[in-house]
Amino acid sequence: MISNERLTVRKTYKLYLGGAFPRSESGRTYEVTDARGAFLANAARASRKDARDAVVAARAAFGKWSAATAYNRGQVLYRVAEVMEGRHAQFCEEVAAGEGLSTGRARAAVDAAIDRWVWYAGWTDKLAAVLGSANPVAGPYFDFSLPEPTGVVAVLAPQRSSLLGLVSVLAPVVASGNTAVVVTSHERPLPAVTLGEVLATSDVPGGVVNLLTGDAAELGPWLAEHDDVDAIDLTGAPPERAMEFEREAAGSIKRVLRPPAGGEPDWTADPGLTRMRTFLETKTVWHPKGF
Amino acid sequence: MAVFEYAPAPESRSIVDIAPSYGLFVDGEFVDGSGEPMKTVNPATEEVLSEVAVGTEADVDRAVKAARRAFTRVWGPMRPADRGKYLFRIARLLQERAREFAVLESLDNGKPIRESRDVDVPLAAAHFFYHAGWADKLAHAGLGPDPRPLGVAGQVIPWNFPLLMLAWKIAPALATGNTVVLKPAETTPLTALLFAEVCRQADLPPGVVNIVTGAGETGRAVVEHADVDKVAFTGSTEVGRSIARAVAGTRKKLTLELGGKAANIVFDDAPIDQAVEGIVQGIFFNQGHVCCAGSRLLVQENVHDEVIAALQRRIGTLRVGDPLDKNTDIGAINSAEQLARIRELSDVGEAEGATRWQPACELPDRGFWFPPTVFTDVSPAHRIARDEVFGPVLSVLTFRTPDEAVAKANNTTYGLSAGIWSEKGSRILAIADRLRAGVVWANTFNQFDPTSPFGGYKQSGYGREGGRHGLAAYLMGADSE
Repeated sequence: MISNERLTVRKTYKLYLGGAFPRSESGRTYEVTDARGAFLANAARASRKDARDAVVAARAAFGKWSAATAYNRGQVLYRVAEVMEGRHAQFCEEVAAGEGLSTGRARAAVDAAIDRWVWYAGWTDKLAAVLGSANPVAGPYFDFSLPEPTGVVAVLAPQRSSLLGLVSVLAPVVASGNTAVVVTSHERPLPAVTLGEVLATSDVPGGVVNLLTGDAAELGPWLAEHDDVDAIDLTGAPPERAMEFEREAAGSIKRVLRPPAGGEPDWTADPGLTRMRTFLETKTVWHPKGF
Repeated sequence: MAVFEYAPAPESRSIVDIAPSYGLFVDGEFVDGSGEPMKTVNPATEEVLSEVAVGTEADVDRAVKAARRAFTRVWGPMRPADRGKYLFRIARLLQERAREFAVLESLDNGKPIRESRDVDVPLAAAHFFYHAGWADKLAHAGLGPDPRPLGVAGQVIPWNFPLLMLAWKIAPALATGNTVVLKPAETTPLTALLFAEVCRQADLPPGVVNIVTGAGETGRAVVEHADVDKVAFTGSTEVGRSIARAVAGTRKKLTLELGGKAANIVFDDAPIDQAVEGIVQGIFFNQGHVCCAGSRLLVQENVHDEVIAALQRRIGTLRVGDPLDKNTDIGAINSAEQLARIRELSDVGEAEGATRWQPACELPDRGFWFPPTVFTDVSPAHRIARDEVFGPVLSVLTFRTPDEAVAKANNTTYGLSAGIWSEKGSRILAIADRLRAGVVWANTFNQFDPTSPFGGYKQSGYGREGGRHGLAAYLMGADSE
């Protein structure tokens, strides 16, 4: 029987790496289902090689992104929120399916995610004033301290909150001038892939954010021990593996954000500055005063 | 070409009264340690100064229990203003007994009295004075409205600035309402034990400060104790790594201040005489036993010969010898072990093809000594350009353009400090922006102040000491990570 209804064009869900959308070099995919177990998509299953490529892309992007003016970074990130808003319905559908939420609750989560992104976009040009200082040293010197981004940050994104949680861990990393390699929620990766499409069309330079769909348990150890990763956020690490990842991270003295005690937090709460502080260094500069 | 010879100008050591043996300072009392006691020697003479207790796991446990008790019953509940007053008392006591501390420090560590008297001890007092004022103002530190102490801090410090590192650790910990168990370095325990006496003179409640002497095993016991909430360590990157591994999976908060291999960049427009003073201050201060020492001199190629000639002339006037002589510029290497490492790396430098230069200088027969040393023809791949020597050894490299200077300066796993010498302000600020280092000294070097945050990028560690930033390491609350 021939239906008159239009057959939809389905999306291929891929990685977002270095500003492009490749499949996993390994050729692997895995089945993503909705909360009830119905098929949604085959997502790319990122490999160790993909993770290492993502680190290379993030390192290459760090120089320009970290040196961009705070005003410029703020505008680019605000643009991300604008484009997210245009994809609102798509995000709602994906969040509702993946997290098993009602339409109303999915909409609330997407609203909060976009607003969170706006909140962080507004931070870029305030951080130096709030976290920096002029230091009254006991001598004829001008002495000041400024926050600077740590570098390449690996982020194991939350497993449950697929968009609001993701934005809540990613935005603070890039707002403060770092570049990111993110391992998305394993079971709920689709909103992350869509966010990648948003980033690709929002003037965020390629490589600043790299999104790997796959398994944090598989990719976590490689990112934790990688010498060119400066920091790691273990929020989405399997709880029983977090200690092992933290030990691996010690090899290159990485900054480590431990998984929150008591599991995934309420992402709607006021995020405070903790996440941005964790991925910022303080540089202090001295210069003599004299005639 | 000295016109006048220097007459000896020794500082009297009669001001210090070193006991033949010391116990651990736990819960306000000196108690015996359970380990085999160790000897601490004067590195300038190899004379044994005293015998010092060694804390075992059981001793550390007693100290942590005392600290916990003091935190819960006394120091935690105390009015913040009163905590501040205790710290003000300690600052004043350090000032009153400054000369005693300076002489003792030079005896135990080998550093020149000029430095212990003018740098270590005054800065230690300043750290207590500065942090005293914070104790009742923490809500205004930008760390959230109600920052709270962590509890018991376990602190392990190195031998290069024994009293000053103690102050960097204890002052912020106490000001923020924590209590501490501190392990001084194996080779330099004496000023920490004299500090214990200062705590008693200040009537500091028992258990607020506990000092457990010993070597690596004692430090490990402090770091790994289950009831320690905070670990703060200054020392080598290698030990820092093992500490980060040890606290993984716990809720302990960690700060690490580790090694460095700082670039000191001299541009061709720099005032050469001032730059030479800065280079000397950068690498020979404290015998080069400084984690932020300017151990890699990056000099613009067209002024290389001029800078090196001026530098060698200046080094020729440095006086190496008796740490207690007020004219001494370079004192003794802290230990036989450290001397062996400096010798080994210097030999590797020569073997790899760099050119060693040392001034003619007479070294004392006894004690641990190494002359100020400059290596030229150093390539970035040489070990003396990569490894931290932690001694009076300077490696000289060259560059042509600012971009090359930045690339070479950042070509290290460390990121603690850096120096820039130039008359051009815009260049200084642009280079400072691009250096991946926690402290950048422009037209100066090795300046420290309690108001000024200090700490590293990359494998030089994390967390800051000093300033508003340093308080975050000892507090919990919404915004204190």
